[in-house]
Amino acid sequence: MSIKGKAYIAGIYEHPTRLAKDISLAQIHAQCAKGALEDAGLTKDDVDGYFCAGDAPGLGPMSMVEYMGLKPRHVDSTDTGGSSYVLHVGHAAEAIAAGKCKVALITLAGRPRAEGMATGTVPRSRGGTPTPDEPFEFPYGPTVVNMYAMCAMRHMYEFGTTSEQLAWIKVAASHHAQHNPHALLRDVVTVEEVVNSPMISDPLHRLDCCVITDGGGAIVVVAPEIAAKLKRPKVKLIGAGEFIKTQMGGKVDLTYSGARVSGAAAFAEAGVKPADIKYASIYDSFTITVLMQLEDLGFCEKGKGGAFVADGNLIAGTGKLPFNTDGGGLCSNHPGNRGGLTKVLEAVRQLRGEAHPAVQVKNCNLAVAHGTGGSLGLRHGSATVILERE
Amino acid sequence: MAAQERKLPAPAVSQETQAYWDAAAKGKLLVRKCTGCGQAHHYPRTICPFCFSDKTEWIEASGKGTIYSYSVMRRAPVPYAMAYVTLAEGPRMVTNIVDCDFDKLKCEQAVKLVFKPTDGGPPLPMFTPA
Repeated sequence: MSIKGKAYIAGIYEHPTRLAKDISLAQIHAQCAKGALEDAGLTKDDVDGYFCAGDAPGLGPMSMVEYMGLKPRHVDSTDTGGSSYVLHVGHAAEAIAAGKCKVALITLAGRPRAEGMATGTVPRSRGGTPTPDEPFEFPYGPTVVNMYAMCAMRHMYEFGTTSEQLAWIKVAASHHAQHNPHALLRDVVTVEEVVNSPMISDPLHRLDCCVITDGGGAIVVVAPEIAAKLKRPKVKLIGAGEFIKTQMGGKVDLTYSGARVSGAAAFAEAGVKPADIKYASIYDSFTITVLMQLEDLGFCEKGKGGAFVADGNLIAGTGKLPFNTDGGGLCSNHPGNRGGLTKVLEAVRQLRGEAHPAVQVKNCNLAVAHGTGGSLGLRHGSATVILERE
Repeated sequence: MAAQERKLPAPAVSQETQAYWDAAAKGKLLVRKCTGCGQAHHYPRTICPFCFSDKTEWIEASGKGTIYSYSVMRRAPVPYAMAYVTLAEGPRMVTNIVDCDFDKLKCEQAVKLVFKPTDGGPPLPMFTPA
């Protein structure tokens, strides 16, 4: 059974905050849910499917189901880190296609800034019973940034990728963020500014990294018969794929990501090619994340990502592949250190024609949203969805 | 050398990997190898992640390897070099490169095994330029 054409994204909402000192975690989830349902023209009582990941307070979906007063007959709290919400869109479509629900709500929220979390540069133990990998990794000091940096280092070694090429990814995101009033970083930056920013973990500089923000978002996925009754532009899900990329028992290969598998599955299901895509939302925890995913999704040959992203090729209006036109995680928002949900949101805005006019892609009828969650250099979850304007 | 001043947390030893850490305390690096498919893997498991055979055994690594990739964590109280090292026995392992000039590290550089003490636990296998 394919999910192609079996579900539509009917409602979206991105919380405007980037620092949520006076808002609780559950409150952000609920505010986002309310916003997305209102965007769709639906109510809380229409929701019969609920999806969340590890950012939701409590055990799986239970606390938030209670807090929001939901009565779902289908729930899914699969957690693949920041890619979870892209994966949830696919799982919601599966549930809808199987008749398990008709209106699926997906929520995300996080407060790493308000909580003073040391996100990127401090090794973190998960606590509780150690994972089997933990004793062989945690004592060595793996952080978010140095494990992504090792991917960049190997990419540079094998393919000659340069820091200047990686910097173009941040430059493109900053060109888009200047138009987003909610973006954390709105100043346009240059390649020189990126490569001259402080080195965090070789070869990634401060400006190769995404922002750390509080906030959240929500997505409402509905059955075709529900979408037909709503007034919003129709955004149809036509392909979805997921994968967990690991260290493979020690056969570690840092040169590719799980996008190679999840992307291929999504494109095959959709029956379209990367060349058909008008807009791409690409997970951008770091510049290297974007570069590797673009290669692995098939937008360019493996190893040629550096040349592909250079010279403004990702900038809306001038480049061949406009990406992350909201400013992305690199400049606008990476709520709760989980950026997959916002990737879906900007893809929907583009397909609806509701992106900022300065970055709206003309005749945007086909878009991809892709997420990477966990650690690109250790183990990560990949999820890809392909969306079509109807 | 800077890396020696880091306080390293003790690894959480599990029932399955006690022998690995006991060997580390004696200055030996063990690798788990499958007698079914003949392949070594890392981190060690009793069931082979390649063929799912439970006929796995410990072998002692030669201590020779090469740097697959690395990154010098500059934004730390004491900078250190994260790395994946490709062991002569095959598997690549998460580790640190120590006792060296971080600015001269390179991918595919030859390295050799050393052990560094942890805070109240068995020592960690690390590598230094050969």
